Amino acid sequence: MFAKHLIILPLLVPMLAALLQLLPWGERAQQHRRTIGIVAATLNLGLALWLFAVAQDEIIVYALGSWQAPFGIVLVADKLATLMVLLTAVLALPVLVFACHGEDSLGSHFQALYQFQILGIMGAFLTGDLFNLFVFFEVLLISSYALLMHGGGKTKLRATLHYVVLNLTGSAIFLISLGVLYGITGTLNMADMAGKVAALTGDEAVIARAGGLLLFIVFALKAALLPLYFWLPQAYASTTGTVAALFAIMTKVGIYAIIRVYTMIFGPDAGVAAQLGQDWLWWLGLATILMGALGILGSRDLRLVIAYLVLVSVGTMLTTLSMGHSDAISALLFYLVHSTLVTAALFLLADLIAEQRGKTASRIVKGRRMAQHNLLAAMFFVAALTVIGIPPLSGFVSKLFILEAARTGAQVAFLWPLILGATFLMMIALSRAGSRMFWHTLDGKANDVSHPRWQHGSTVALLVGAVALTVFANDVSAYMEATATQLTTPTEYISAVLGNGGTDE
Amino acid sequence: METLYSITVGTLTACSVFLILRGRSFPIVIGLTMLSYAVNLFLFSTGRLVIDQLPIVGVSETSTDPLPQALVLTAIVIGFAMTAYSIILAVRVRGEIGSDEVNDYNFAEQEGQR
Repeated sequence: MFAKHLIILPLLVPMLAALLQLLPWGERAQQHRRTIGIVAATLNLGLALWLFAVAQDEIIVYALGSWQAPFGIVLVADKLATLMVLLTAVLALPVLVFACHGEDSLGSHFQALYQFQILGIMGAFLTGDLFNLFVFFEVLLISSYALLMHGGGKTKLRATLHYVVLNLTGSAIFLISLGVLYGITGTLNMADMAGKVAALTGDEAVIARAGGLLLFIVFALKAALLPLYFWLPQAYASTTGTVAALFAIMTKVGIYAIIRVYTMIFGPDAGVAAQLGQDWLWWLGLATILMGALGILGSRDLRLVIAYLVLVSVGTMLTTLSMGHSDAISALLFYLVHSTLVTAALFLLADLIAEQRGKTASRIVKGRRMAQHNLLAAMFFVAALTVIGIPPLSGFVSKLFILEAARTGAQVAFLWPLILGATFLMMIALSRAGSRMFWHTLDGKANDVSHPRWQHGSTVALLVGAVALTVFANDVSAYMEATATQLTTPTEYISAVLGNGGTDE
Repeated sequence: METLYSITVGTLTACSVFLILRGRSFPIVIGLTMLSYAVNLFLFSTGRLVIDQLPIVGVSETSTDPLPQALVLTAIVIGFAMTAYSIILAVRVRGEIGSDEVNDYNFAEQEGQR
């Protein structure tokens, strides 16, 4: 019975956990909430693994309430969706363990909001319906609004206000574009819409293109592409470490949506509306890499450096996506997994460093020695090497795949210098940060703030994930290639959704 | 009817964009509210404007599309919650920072220092 409903369980588990956590638990309430949270995250990891294994062979379609596609809402688990669900679950558990050592008590309801956030992210990955995607976007946004200002303080409030206003405007544009697309195609199911858009001609095709590009604006805002990224550095740098680490997956939700919509609905077969976002993606992606790299070099705070690292990774991924062929998509997916894990680890690490340094926090200046100086220095070293892309770690492998994916002369001429140049600037900025914080310490006694093993353990776990990507690079890239093939031949997805209509209730 | 409807939606959107681009949080919140009105009206019209028809197939000769009504209902609920949240947030920011300027220049200088 479970196997049939497996696909909806990664949504139900965090939802039920959050509802349980909201109950008044009396004394030691936080202890109970933590236990529920950890159990739910572990369970979800197991479910995500199971779903991942099942979706290897076939695309699973689940019609909610047994309303058949294209009229009802369906959940669809193909290779890409299950990969993203698994990545979310892998990220969520260590970050939650980290948060359970104090950071969750800085404000109220962190635990429940965390689970709602997971629910929204998982739902956005699994849904096969555009309006349902909007609803799950809202679920994850509403919890992210509250999580972003977790702990309070002026900087966070200011960043949250900007983030909320931008995203509310983004949601309005999302609705407008859905309205346009629904008005033209008469469907909201992604697979059905792909067929309808391809058949459009004349004025209707022009309107559909406009709707598609409006949708692109929304996803670009979520993914933080060039003209729409200005909210990101401030928001990520001012919030608490755990929230920033969880948000490492948030920009990827935007990237996932761009991949899904622009390979399927507006893919190569979409007639007049084909390849809608490609040109924009290429130039804006390159410009994002450039701006991100400059931002890294200009930041005086470690958290800000990491926030700009996120930007560079977004630019890299979207530029790679715009090349469109399946090698590029598989390179992009490899890089996506790598960058999610390593940026999350870096955000957690920056939190540890900031707390142990005391007054100088995460600013890149001379400060006192930390209580666990050598341990943190070693972790920072590994994380920095990974994110820069020094052989043999996963950053190197994934960047190599991306560089290889550039085929024509023009692609090589723009992509190589920018990615390698950005890598060089990253190297300068991170070695400057590392040497200032770990080597140029003030004489005298070290700070006495230290952290429990669990917090180091969860940071290390994320780094180990990044290292494992290198060790199993062959298997992983084989899987990514299979995923990319599935994405570039969307007919398989479309016939799975529209053909049998999925299992019933 | 279509002309009147589109002029209404267009005016609402234009006003809301103007308000959102202001520098203080109160006009921005009002602008967001107006934008959500405009969006709801727009979504409602995506099923084509029809008068005096039931959203049920088979009862009369022609029928109106029920789906946009469901979509608008969802959008209203979400929009309402978001408006409430943004008002509270704006009030908190006004209280804690002491100004409703969205981009406070004195504040921008401290960027990068937690």
